[in-house]
Amino acid sequence: MSSDRPRPRRLRSRYTNLAAHGEPWVWLTGGALAFALTMILGLLAFIAVRGASTFWPMPLELVELDDGRRALGEVSGRETAATAAEGREARPARRLIRTANFELSGTHYEWFDEVRIAASSLPEWATAVERLEGGRFHGFPKRLLHGDDVVAEGPAATWAAYEREHPPAWKRHRQAVRIDKVERGELQRRLRAARLAVVQAGLDSGADSPARVQAAARERDVVAHVEAETVALDEAVAKLRAANEGWRMEFETAAGDTTSLPLDGIVRAWQPNRLSLLGKLGVYGSRWGEFLGDDPREANSAGGVFPAIWGTVAMTLIMALLVAPFGVLAALYLREYASRGPVTAAVRVAINNLAGVPSIVYGAFGLGFFCYGLGAGIDELFFKASLVADSQPTFGTGGLLWASLTLALLTLPVVIVATEEALSAVPNSMREGSYACGAGKWQTIRRIVLPRALTGIMTGLIKAMARGAGEVAPLMLVGVKKLALELPVDGTFPFVHPEREFMHLAYLIYDVGFQSPNSQAAQPMVFTITFLLVAIIALLNLAAVWLRSRLRRRYVAQQF
Amino acid sequence: MQTQTQPAQRLVDPPAVPTDRLVAVAAGGEVTAEVHDAVLRETPVLEIDRFNLWYGAKQALHRITMPVAHGKVTALVGPSGCGKSTLLRSVNRLNDLVQSVRITGDMRLNGDSIYDPRMDVIELRKRMGMVFQKPNPFPMSIYENVVYSLRIDGENSRPVLDEVCELSLRGAALWDEVKDRLHDSALGLSGGQQQRLCIARAIAAEPEVLLLDEPCSALDPIATGKVEDLIQELRGRYSVLIVTHNMQQASRTSDYTAFMYLGRLIEYGPTTEIFTKPILRETEAYVTGRFG
Repeated sequence: MSSDRPRPRRLRSRYTNLAAHGEPWVWLTGGALAFALTMILGLLAFIAVRGASTFWPMPLELVELDDGRRALGEVSGRETAATAAEGREARPARRLIRTANFELSGTHYEWFDEVRIAASSLPEWATAVERLEGGRFHGFPKRLLHGDDVVAEGPAATWAAYEREHPPAWKRHRQAVRIDKVERGELQRRLRAARLAVVQAGLDSGADSPARVQAAARERDVVAHVEAETVALDEAVAKLRAANEGWRMEFETAAGDTTSLPLDGIVRAWQPNRLSLLGKLGVYGSRWGEFLGDDPREANSAGGVFPAIWGTVAMTLIMALLVAPFGVLAALYLREYASRGPVTAAVRVAINNLAGVPSIVYGAFGLGFFCYGLGAGIDELFFKASLVADSQPTFGTGGLLWASLTLALLTLPVVIVATEEALSAVPNSMREGSYACGAGKWQTIRRIVLPRALTGIMTGLIKAMARGAGEVAPLMLVGVKKLALELPVDGTFPFVHPEREFMHLAYLIYDVGFQSPNSQAAQPMVFTITFLLVAIIALLNLAAVWLRSRLRRRYVAQQF
Repeated sequence: MQTQTQPAQRLVDPPAVPTDRLVAVAAGGEVTAEVHDAVLRETPVLEIDRFNLWYGAKQALHRITMPVAHGKVTALVGPSGCGKSTLLRSVNRLNDLVQSVRITGDMRLNGDSIYDPRMDVIELRKRMGMVFQKPNPFPMSIYENVVYSLRIDGENSRPVLDEVCELSLRGAALWDEVKDRLHDSALGLSGGQQQRLCIARAIAAEPEVLLLDEPCSALDPIATGKVEDLIQELRGRYSVLIVTHNMQQASRTSDYTAFMYLGRLIEYGPTTEIFTKPILRETEAYVTGRFG
């Protein structure tokens, strides 16, 4: 056992040396990071490319098959030939063409085998038409008609006439729609308010009370007034419609059919094969403009998503405003006031577990507690008339306020946990220094602890916003609707309507992509909506990050 | 495999410390402190009276009785864990914040009982200033740091605050270095400047007693020198109670020195006497660095 000479130690062992050096771990950890980054960036790039290219005017290809059939459309995909394999038949190379003209062909897209394509070309006058109803139309302009008069004939003349006649016709159409939506809606609201006032008066002071009689008289006034106004509106709309009446544009499809479209049913038309780059950019910009600023059409698969953008942003911001004070106050109590003990520890564990509850559970809770509980109570107290007269709940159903509250509840654990961490990162020496100056507990928290913890709290809020903005499941239960064109803020008294149902981009993805009757045609739209949602969430987060970095600069921490 | 092990060689001999008192203390016994008469002749600003303190079941301070002289610098010395800092933190009742602390006995600040149940702790702390081991400037501007105690009292008059800020910074020998950047973050100062800022903050409210808890332990030698000079200047204007590890610092800066060991006060007297001709040999052994 005991020898005087030290045994020579082997200094190098390739095996242990490698592990000690850490090279394998560098590769492993770096590889994991690279893998994660590739997945995330790949997903984002895919969404961005597909989403951003939806509105680009693609060339229209005219395909002639060997049997004489012809089709006109955008090439949306190609497949190479596949050989026969286990359980799979051999398939020749083929291309997918968006043929549009659904009412004629019964399909939006069609596969064509490459071997059967005799010729394909990019005809100059090929026109893509976006219609108010019926989806995309592809064809060649033939004639422009006004009643029985032929205004123009032949592709060039017809197109020139279209470019001249379409803008005023479209403007008249928009005006008529606006009258129908805004002004008639306003009249309807006034009628309803007057009717509800009568019911309310009856509820308050009895069926034969003078108050009710008075309200009934006022309602008659309103009805008379509304009727007069309606006549005026009808006239205005009729005039606009009459001016558009009879304007039709005739197209010849690739298959040889002739179809005529009402001029004011055309949202926009373009001839991608003739367009210069600038012209294409114009079409691209105009389609983005409609997408961002307009109401949806055709079961949300076309038109814009403005109400959904509005709903998403409003809901996220209201949620953040609700969750921030509650979360911060709760964390303050837990960290600064509550004495350490088993109860505090249990509460902390419970909060952490709350973060893991499936979001649909929050949705169900929100529906049961906020909508059917709180909301029904509010209706009973303040909106009884609507309940009695129309059996229509006001707050007693899903709405922006309830959805925001539900999501605030959902994200509350995130904020509490982050705030607690931020508070515990404030060194105790700060607190002691403040107490030694004679500051009280709350003064210390407000002047020393909160400013120091602010950036950490903001981080928690950013995480909460990112989580809340992407939720769909609970929203479906507490107020998000497929279509809700009335925004929760508008010109009608009291201008803010937090009880209104709203639209949300994340729900729109689900609805357009998977619930739409023509989900095939809506597919490009899904990518664009997704792209937009990701961009909006990123923007909201960037704004919060910017705010945080400004705060951090104010309370810059330096080591010595 | 005990191949190369040589018998461990002691670098120094065990200190020849006269240990009867220290052994008694270590065994849990009580000792009577040797308090020089000179201490008792001073006017006390703070009187510590039979003060005991427990952390849970562990007693950290044993029957400390000592007056602290008005307008003088009093140093608390002793080996680590002897309760110096605990005693200091008991003076402004910072120990109240620690759960499981229990005390008996009392202290009096200019005659007012500190541990009287009717005493408002917040008002009490406003009558003292405290500086900690590590500089702890608040995350705000230099100016706001200095006037913090006035701000929390609701003082918002600009001229008053300006005057207090300048006086305190001059008092802490920091004015010339920071007068051009009063509204910059205090966290941008060097460690020594931060500590002097903390001293300025502590004297801004004209404290009756200034508590310094090893104010130089986190500083480099140059910054330490500046803070020590400052303590010299504070002498006479403020009553200072300072905890220190550093014997030279205690001998340079203080008028009186108290030697503590394991929660007991062992000897307390004028600094010159403690360092040159202490009554107890234990004290001599400690201040000459033979143990501790």
